[in-house]
Amino acid sequence: MELYSLTIHELRELLKKREVSALEVTKSYLERIKEVEPKIDALVTITEDFALQKAKEADEKIKKGEDTALTGIPVIIKDNISTEGIKTTCSSKMLENYIPPYNATVVEKLLEEGVIILGKSNLDEFAMGSSTENSAFKTTKNPWDLSRVPGGSSGGSAAAIAADEAAFALGSDTGGSIRQPASLCGVVGMKPTYGLVSRYGLVAFASSLDQIGPFTKDVTDCAIVLNTIIGHDPKDSTSLKIDKPDYTSYLKEDIKGLRIGVAKEFFGEGIEEGVKETVQESIKVLQNLGAEIIDISIPYVEYALPAYYIIASAEASSNLARYDGIRYGHIAEKYEDLIDMYMVTRSEGFGKEVKRRIMLGTYALSSGYYDAYYKKALKVRTLIKNDFEKAFEKCDVIIGPTSPTVAFKIGERANDPLAMYLADIYTVSVNIAGLPGISIPCGLSDGLPVGLQIIGRHFEEGKILNVAYAFEQANKFNAKPQAIGVQDNEVRSSDWLRGPCRTFDREQNLL
Amino acid sequence: MIGLEVHAELLTESKIFCSCTTKFGGEPNTHVCPVCLGLPGTLPVLNKKVVEYAVRAGLALNCTIANFSKMDRKNYFYPDLPKAYQISQYDLPLCSNGYVEIEVDGKVKKIGIKRIHIEEDAGKLLHENTDGSLVDYNRAGVPLIEIVSEPDMSTPEEAYQYLTKLKSILEYTEVSDCKMQEGSLRVDTNVSVRPVGSTELGTKIELKNLNSFKAVQKALEYEIKRQVKVLEEGGTIVQETRRWNESKGITEPMRTKEEAHDYRYFPEPDLVPIIVTDEWKEEIRKSLPEMPHHKRERFIAEYGLPEYDAKIITSSKKMADFFEKCVLEYDSPKAVSNWLMGEFSRLMNETGKEIDEVPVTPQMLAKLLKLIDNGVISGSIAKTVFEEMFGTGKEPEVVVEEKGLKQIANENELREIIKKVIAENPKSVEDYKNGKEKAMGFLVGQVMKATKGKANPQLTNQILKEELSK
Ligand SMILES: [Zn+2]
Repeated sequence: MELYSLTIHELRELLKKREVSALEVTKSYLERIKEVEPKIDALVTITEDFALQKAKEADEKIKKGEDTALTGIPVIIKDNISTEGIKTTCSSKMLENYIPPYNATVVEKLLEEGVIILGKSNLDEFAMGSSTENSAFKTTKNPWDLSRVPGGSSGGSAAAIAADEAAFALGSDTGGSIRQPASLCGVVGMKPTYGLVSRYGLVAFASSLDQIGPFTKDVTDCAIVLNTIIGHDPKDSTSLKIDKPDYTSYLKEDIKGLRIGVAKEFFGEGIEEGVKETVQESIKVLQNLGAEIIDISIPYVEYALPAYYIIASAEASSNLARYDGIRYGHIAEKYEDLIDMYMVTRSEGFGKEVKRRIMLGTYALSSGYYDAYYKKALKVRTLIKNDFEKAFEKCDVIIGPTSPTVAFKIGERANDPLAMYLADIYTVSVNIAGLPGISIPCGLSDGLPVGLQIIGRHFEEGKILNVAYAFEQANKFNAKPQAIGVQDNEVRSSDWLRGPCRTFDREQNLL
Repeated sequence: MIGLEVHAELLTESKIFCSCTTKFGGEPNTHVCPVCLGLPGTLPVLNKKVVEYAVRAGLALNCTIANFSKMDRKNYFYPDLPKAYQISQYDLPLCSNGYVEIEVDGKVKKIGIKRIHIEEDAGKLLHENTDGSLVDYNRAGVPLIEIVSEPDMSTPEEAYQYLTKLKSILEYTEVSDCKMQEGSLRVDTNVSVRPVGSTELGTKIELKNLNSFKAVQKALEYEIKRQVKVLEEGGTIVQETRRWNESKGITEPMRTKEEAHDYRYFPEPDLVPIIVTDEWKEEIRKSLPEMPHHKRERFIAEYGLPEYDAKIITSSKKMADFFEKCVLEYDSPKAVSNWLMGEFSRLMNETGKEIDEVPVTPQMLAKLLKLIDNGVISGSIAKTVFEEMFGTGKEPEVVVEEKGLKQIANENELREIIKKVIAENPKSVEDYKNGKEKAMGFLVGQVMKATKGKANPQLTNQILKEELSK
């Protein structure tokens, strides 16, 4: 059995019993990274020395009995989350050599517990995109099919977990950037309620929508990571003061009587037949577990995508204005005057999609257009929030597909921004309403993973985890990506693999 | 019509969105952190004291305080602006609809205050390098209030009076030290002219680079003349921003309306709305100090000061506080006020120092006045002693001792000196005896000259008369 294939809670058992050391776990992952990275390209920075040093510290911690749930557990951090002394590039030429002097609050919390940071993962430049093709450095491949995208913008984190390059990863989700790649890569990914996790240190894309969340191999791990990263942060005014629950206490198989809403708007035009069928089968699984399925409607959700692109781009145009070559980051070599320096620096430093959104956002905020675009988008935002509130009067959680399609081919949508934007059609409304949402793998369609999205009320991550866990237990997703590490890794077929590659056992669930 | 926009730095210990110090000076880029440098991923957190201070200023300026207001982003590129946007307030300012009362030609006039909002200051460009400019971000994130007046002033004199009153109120409430030379008070003005009787608004010209209240007044005088001349010659005023050139005494074009920024204001998503409860507002109102006009009336009633004295002494809270402390130790208010308005003010003007920068304490001034009363020194010697105290911070008795300035009040010692003076000036003695009173004055002067001014004046007079009548 390879250590790198284990979940956090499995590793924790071994570490606690001292059957393995944090150093052994770390080395196992570093080996795995060396083995699969050439194929996947999930990472922009590998912090081997730092990881080995942290592993030794973690072992000390364990020896002294000071270990906690994440001590000695290896993690990969999306490269738009600030790490002190470690390059934080946002996969942009603009920040190619930027080394932050401070840690994001989430990173600080993880390090306090003694996690091992293995590296920083690739993303669409400044988290703008749905395929990770917009990275200035590399295109990450989907471990299930190397000719396909992993989704985005947290494609590097999602692919890394699917390929067992770390036990868990952090991503950020502005319009679906955790859930959509989780769906496309067959892993668990959660976007918590806006304000649950501190944004301090997350390089801002759209401040009113951004939220950090975990990628894990199963639902239990998601609860464990959530326990650590949430909580009020005095450095983030938008982080809320709430009592910290123990999310693992929600990991129960019982969902009898729980009301699950299914919105017809999430099964509309553009959804692939295979995705639709797999999700509908999953709904039956939940029904069989005793949940009550309720038809609901979120009428304004059809305006979510345009509203999202206006709000997110407007905020981005302002958030990204600081990259002007004056204090840090890329600066033009030749320029005539100040204005020219700004223009050359920003023309060279930003990629196509980033420029497109800066222009869109600048336009939307311009005097004379503000009312027609930005103000209207904020009104739509209120309407969508109201829609969800009404829907949640009838149900406890809402489920549907995370993405209308399975992973698409690299290059397929690269030159068609509108087609690319549709990848987030089921996820953006959740950000717009500030709600929590998870994507968990629910089966395969044409050999590629399909994600089930579960949306909850504000701060009801517990209920989401309850449903996700019940589903996971009833419907084990044991499939593993076959595109990597098969020929040189026969052990994959032995006992550590939790079962043969399959979708899910429908008969079993009917029992 | 004249309107003024005043930016005042608030006297909070730390910056508006981080815990860096707001102290003036310091090596460039030493009062900075990731937040005020706007590093990627950092977030602002609003300093509660900033809201409190702005509310104080708002209450003192008779404003309505908003229960609900918010911060907005003002977007523009400039090297001194680390985030390329300034966090300010746009459509929901903290305070609005206030006024200030000024006195012009003995008549009281109300000048409206449209709004007061809070915002962050920018850094400072240092043009000392030949290869280019350098930026110092120590000032970036220092809290400011911007006080926007209604265009209620009709003469440069009124603008001057308004600024003086505003400064005095801000100092009284202790929200700003209003030091123009350190940039903690900055003034922009806009002015338009229109023919007498016309109701149509003239074109507004904004004036910048005004480094003192006098500069504001002079720039406005120049600008009004310029505009009137253009209109009289049949020309039109173009809307623009002009810069005051102090050395040439003229205003020069800076940028036109076409070059004006579109700031693309939108609500700051990193901050939550500002809620000022009625309870908090009342708490702040109760903590407000006595305002200048109240203090003036009290000084007249309580200390019997003439109105003129009371007005000058209370124009600065620090001066008024100094006065009251001194009177506690030395119970002759008029004498204290004479000294404050006389020698004290003269030396402050000469050295450009504020009263709290002078090493003389109220206790020290009281001691000096007592030395005069007790006959240790004369009134004219006291001026010399005070000048030394002002420069060195030494106690008055120490100065008197060190410089040997003690009055000669010993009768025998003085009589000897007087006898000598009489012997040396037979002509004057003769004149005196012939009834020329003036000669007496000359002889007193000779005694003072011989004693370097240290002779006790009363005793000198007395002995001199005795000796001359012998
Ligand atoms: Zn700071």
